[in-house]
Amino acid sequence: MNIPNNLCFTKEHEWIKIEGDTGTMGITDYAQHALGDVTFVEIPKKDCEVKQFNIIATIESVKAASDIYSPLSGTITLNNSELENNPALINQSCYDQGWIAKIKIKDIAEKKNLMDSTSYQKFVEGLAH
Amino acid sequence: MELIFNKSVSGRRCTQFPANDVPVLKEIPKKYLRKSPCNLPEVSEMDVVRHFTNLSKLNFSVDSNFYPLGSCTMKYNPKFTEDVARLEGFTKLHPLLPQLRLGGILAQGALEVLYEMDRILSEITGMDAFTLQPAAGAHGELAGVMLIAAYHRSLNQKRKYILVPDSAHGTNPASAAIVGYEIINIASNKNGTMDIEALKAHLNQDVAAIMMTCPNTLGLFESDIDTIAKLAHAQGALMYYDGANLNAILGKCRPGDLGFDVIHLNLHKTFATPHGGGGPGSGPVGVKKELIEFLPISRIEKRDDGTLYLDYKKPQSIGYISSFYGNFLVILKAYAYILLLGKEGLIRTSEHAVLNANYVLAKLKDIYEPAVEKTCMHECVFSASRQILKNVHALDIAKYLIDCGIHPPTIYFPLIVKEALMIEPTETESKETLDHFIHCMREANRLTQENPEVLKKAPQTMPISRLDETKAARDMNCASL
Repeated sequence: MNIPNNLCFTKEHEWIKIEGDTGTMGITDYAQHALGDVTFVEIPKKDCEVKQFNIIATIESVKAASDIYSPLSGTITLNNSELENNPALINQSCYDQGWIAKIKIKDIAEKKNLMDSTSYQKFVEGLAH
Repeated sequence: MELIFNKSVSGRRCTQFPANDVPVLKEIPKKYLRKSPCNLPEVSEMDVVRHFTNLSKLNFSVDSNFYPLGSCTMKYNPKFTEDVARLEGFTKLHPLLPQLRLGGILAQGALEVLYEMDRILSEITGMDAFTLQPAAGAHGELAGVMLIAAYHRSLNQKRKYILVPDSAHGTNPASAAIVGYEIINIASNKNGTMDIEALKAHLNQDVAAIMMTCPNTLGLFESDIDTIAKLAHAQGALMYYDGANLNAILGKCRPGDLGFDVIHLNLHKTFATPHGGGGPGSGPVGVKKELIEFLPISRIEKRDDGTLYLDYKKPQSIGYISSFYGNFLVILKAYAYILLLGKEGLIRTSEHAVLNANYVLAKLKDIYEPAVEKTCMHECVFSASRQILKNVHALDIAKYLIDCGIHPPTIYFPLIVKEALMIEPTETESKETLDHFIHCMREANRLTQENPEVLKKAPQTMPISRLDETKAARDMNCASL
């Protein structure tokens, strides 16, 4: 299980990379693996405001349609339109080319509600039982 | 099998129409005519009959194979109901007749079926009135949520949210969203039922309704349902019952008595009308008396002399939800089924459905991880979590079952169970059929340990082997004509 140590994580298996007041988010390796082949991504609209842990995108896979939640509150500054044509990027490169959106972070204090890579690793191991 | 388009021969026809020898009074305006031929296959009647007869032989149906598809209650459709639905008095009746002057008297029989069905379904579910118009379960949900919205609007209340458990059918949040509500997901507890504390955290006077399935999609009865309904009603929220799993509780308890205010039924699930492509479906919606005035028009009412008529004067009604009176012949089949079984028969239906599911659960739980360690209702849910250690997925097991002559169970649902396999045998299956299924499931596990390649390559006995489901979903424009 690939869990990069420079990212923050949610319990719903999203990641966010925080650089200054901008965050880049996507879903984790655990999530893409559990979903199976991703067949469609409904990407968030630019300039849209999102709240922490509210729905930001929807991903359909061969198994299910799943809501994706925003790790932090803010405004969408950029979305990965590449995913519309090539949803497989989520499976192939979930932390890099499979990013979903960039967010202008509203309140960095919300970071306290997220996990670092060590806690996320423990969280995922707990799920395996 | 060859496509019918490949059998096409230029100029070949089923019927040769004679040349037109009467004057054409009015041509179809040019703008409505297509510019090029529509590329239909040119074949003889014999070609058509052979093609579709052969195609139908490839069908995997409940009439040919065991079909334990959980959550969708694929039960056997007894053939006598087809005879009833074929009676000329019903099939040759024009749907406009009851609305024509003096026509109503000629449609009394059909109106009585609908009127009686309203009463019977109300009795079975503990509701006060039903509309029979919705044409399918999700259509019923949409109608039901519209009724909830109309109810709150009549009280001048603006409520924003509908609460849905994380084990719900996907149609529940979808129907609520179409009506304009925001959805809040409520987590399940470790027993597989609704977490009361999670519910309390989101339940307030902005909540329009809680949509629940009971028993839920894990095949478990929501044991706190009484508390949940009281908490909802205390905030002025309504309780919505998704009737997908009513087959488990017929004659044992009634949603109306459990505190539900609005309910939809799937006649094609509970009352044995054809399902899944064989439809059409039927999704009647029942309500408590506070919501009757909002039901779709028309309503069937009884005059003092006992005759029945359609009443359109319902100013509070949400209006039309479908044309005419719903899928009438489907309602008729369900009516015949209910009358044949009667009260005792319906109770035994539920008892056998629950017994069969628990038999499967008891015989397989040593090798497949049960989603919850509990007695189940009409369906049991396993996780292929032990099999996945050998890289065998629920999908591989499902495909292997096809080679055993068994329709795959529901997989990957409910979403809260990893590698879910959801099995609903229904009441009509014999012990011999269940034993065969259990044997095949145990065989699938043996192969998982000894020769997983067999599972990975399944199905081998079908005209087409493993389909590329990813390509089918990602690349939807692959068959252009």
